[in-house]
Amino acid sequence: MIRISIPDTAKAGEILDIKAMIQHPMETGYRRNGKGQVIPRDIITSFECTYGGVIVFKAGFQPGIAANPFLSFCLRAAQSGPIEFKWTDQRGETWSETRELTVS
Amino acid sequence: MNEPTLPTLHWTRRALLATGTAGALSLLLPPVAAAAPEEMDAAIREMFGNGTIREGRVSVKLPPIAENGNSVAIDISVESPMTEDNHVRRIGIFSPRNPIATIAEFHLGPAAGLAQVSTRVRLAGTQSLRVIAEMNDGSLWSGKASTYVTLAACVIG
Repeated sequence: MIRISIPDTAKAGEILDIKAMIQHPMETGYRRNGKGQVIPRDIITSFECTYGGVIVFKAGFQPGIAANPFLSFCLRAAQSGPIEFKWTDQRGETWSETRELTVS
Repeated sequence: MNEPTLPTLHWTRRALLATGTAGALSLLLPPVAAAAPEEMDAAIREMFGNGTIREGRVSVKLPPIAENGNSVAIDISVESPMTEDNHVRRIGIFSPRNPIATIAEFHLGPAAGLAQVSTRVRLAGTQSLRVIAEMNDGSLWSGKASTYVTLAACVIG
């Protein structure tokens, strides 16, 4: 499950507050199950936000990022276009969601 | 005839072997224990190189008390006009006490408008996190914040 908070419309030059969260255990690889076996690491390793096809923000995660990784960052509205949010896990599996921003 | 003539030496060797075995065993166990502050410095150098790091321009906010180390909100803001000529290029979060010193790395640029990033981190105990920001001119700036963790991550899972 992905949750994104971003306005649909903005004035040119306006700075937008973006919040993005994805549901994921972010298993550290340091925990043990009831039998004492190590639970293998399973984490999201990267996040990318593109605006009109151009990368505007990137993040690299280690196990020190909490479960259901949450990010908040800023973006200056320039032109109308798609804003894509993409997460990639350690095996290369990806999840993404796109929002349209209309700039007046 | 082959009785060791230096019992003290004998014991020392035993003690050494014992500690050696314990040391080797601890390496096999997952590193629940902390990374040392030196490891944090090494991680910072690995990400940002050997340039001079100056204090300032980076403000870091953590709650004064974190009841659960599994999810602690961190707010980072860097003083920068975020223009084409003068902006923050990268930000790194580092821990002196977690099993892995590097927590996260962010890449940003003039399109951001403001150099502000928030996320949630895991903390393996009370500590002072260090945040480094790299400007587009290559200069490095540092800020930190500490929090008191009542229930550490890793321990309680």
